[in-house]
Amino acid sequence: MSVLFDILGSVGMWEAVLRIATPLILGTLGVLLCERVGVLNLGIEGIMAFGAMIGWLTVYQGGDLWTGMLAAALGGAAFGFLHALLTVPLGLSQHVTGLGITLFASSFAYYVFRLAVPTASSPPTIDPFQPLSVPVLSEIPFLGPVLFNQTAPTYLAVAFVALIAWGLYRTPLGLAVRMAGENPHALDAQGIDPIWLRIGTIMAGSALMGMGGAFLTLSAFNSFFPTMIQGRGWVCVALVVFASWRPGRALLGALLFALFDAFQLRLQTVVDGVPYQLFLMMPYLLSIVALIIMARRARVPQALMQPYRRGER
Amino acid sequence: MRFERREHPSRALTLLAPVGAILAALIVAGVLIAIAGANPFRAYALILNGAFGSRLGISETLTRTTPLILTGLAAAVAFRARLWNIGGEGQFYLGAIAVAALGMIPAIAAIPAPIAITLCCIAGAVAGMVLLLVPLGLRLRFGVDEVVTTLLLNFVALLFVSLMIEGAMKDPLAFGWPQSVPVPDNTLLATLIPRTRLHAGLLIALAMAVLVWFVQARSVFGMRARAAGLNPRAAAFAGVPLGRTLIGVACLSGGLAGLAGAIEVMGVKGYVTTDLSPNYGYSGIVIAMLANLNPLGVIFAALFTAVMFVGADSMSRALSIPSYIADVTVALSLLTMLVAIFLAQYRIRR
Repeated sequence: MSVLFDILGSVGMWEAVLRIATPLILGTLGVLLCERVGVLNLGIEGIMAFGAMIGWLTVYQGGDLWTGMLAAALGGAAFGFLHALLTVPLGLSQHVTGLGITLFASSFAYYVFRLAVPTASSPPTIDPFQPLSVPVLSEIPFLGPVLFNQTAPTYLAVAFVALIAWGLYRTPLGLAVRMAGENPHALDAQGIDPIWLRIGTIMAGSALMGMGGAFLTLSAFNSFFPTMIQGRGWVCVALVVFASWRPGRALLGALLFALFDAFQLRLQTVVDGVPYQLFLMMPYLLSIVALIIMARRARVPQALMQPYRRGER
Repeated sequence: MRFERREHPSRALTLLAPVGAILAALIVAGVLIAIAGANPFRAYALILNGAFGSRLGISETLTRTTPLILTGLAAAVAFRARLWNIGGEGQFYLGAIAVAALGMIPAIAAIPAPIAITLCCIAGAVAGMVLLLVPLGLRLRFGVDEVVTTLLLNFVALLFVSLMIEGAMKDPLAFGWPQSVPVPDNTLLATLIPRTRLHAGLLIALAMAVLVWFVQARSVFGMRARAAGLNPRAAAFAGVPLGRTLIGVACLSGGLAGLAGAIEVMGVKGYVTTDLSPNYGYSGIVIAMLANLNPLGVIFAALFTAVMFVGADSMSRALSIPSYIADVTVALSLLTMLVAIFLAQYRIRR
């Protein structure tokens, strides 16, 4: 038992929570935006892979770290535009299109990566984001290092939560986005075109997914390798259901998930005799449990997965 | 500009859709090859030559087609009933590990080959079924969307296989490599062409395609599954037992994916590793869509996918274009196929 308390009491574990949560926060916000406007975006897994690759490659080729982040956001938005084009005006199956985007974006990312780095046995590295200590606040015992000694994109991700929560519930644009996901006909009657609003919002959400991927290569690690996303995108899709499509709860869900992940990572190193695969399975099983708990309680956007065509119901 | 549904979608357009889709995907991939500094026409010639140019090439292509037909069928039967089984990859691995586990029972090595092989096929199929029945049960009982659960279970299944082949089922003679104990010789499938890897699994896969086609086109179950997919409420009103039909579909779909894994072990490798499947499960989704969910079309779509993968391997050695171009082309063909089907069903009006 004392082992458990040692882990739970260590600053290192709590510091890791926000770091592990950051890509999940960004990805979950991205999925949340897309679904709030009425479109499922299963492209996330591939968009995160592409963001991770293009962000890393930009920096590897001599770009600034923030230029890398921007490249990931733009790349994500571009794939988001493709997804939106197919699912919104054409109204194609959102499930299959999203999977297609994931397969395309990830294989395209690996293709570009192999072109840029043809022969390397160990993946080349870059200088990643360094922790940014917030003056005064980071001096607070325990809470200081845990909350205020993170890298800049982590602060940005938390700021995005506040921004999106405010935008969705306190601005006319946010109201329009929510309406597009609940009742696009009513939105159209108000003189706002749901088609363009959906396309724009999906692009914004996909940009966040791209940044979530880039966090992995630019801050959490310092290199790119295929299959590094490891289902994080699918976890984000589950977290949005868990969060009942609300940004604040999405942050909470991502943090809880990361807390569990950080805990099991440390538990692996101290517990003998339990195969490591069982620990690695936990995050995926936990996501499924979260879905079971919330599936019936969550308030799904009413027009989710329903293509909008004027004059058709 | 607006889209108008065609009253009678033409049969010719529907049949031409995959051809147009693959052509469009090849053109886009060709641009990517050209950007990388190679001649796309030469690259495609090399791909065709690699896949069909020699006895070895042809046998490798058909060996790769075999699991793809089965995972393609698995996706096609599920999607037709609007059961979003994206877990083909995990079901494939669970089918494979089930065969390896059965092979560790000493009695299996002592029984006649046809019975042993049949038992292995059943074991693989049942393992795949179980892995799909879990998410279906969650959907029917708790209303959990099966897309995310089947996707997440893929990772769980792969970790489970890794756990098994590094633990209880590890081959002590493999110099420390994580792989399962080899299955006994009497469960290995016969080779079709001597001195190649092409095995009798291809015949099983082809037979399954015909069988699935027959079930879908000629049986009450096939009609019910189709009705459940087209309009669940209308189907329920007409007396289709939705839950039971979906369970049947899940058994068929998961079973086919599990069978694919079982056959890959019995036909190609003889043991299980965690790189047994180069995304066969995910490719199955593309294949099902390219075939427009038609079981017989799956055969041709699987062949196309196998040609791309086998051909791209040899093309990439000659032109130093990353072999990921095959993945790119196959993924693109899924997206272009969706558009092609749309264009076959709608006309564009100004």
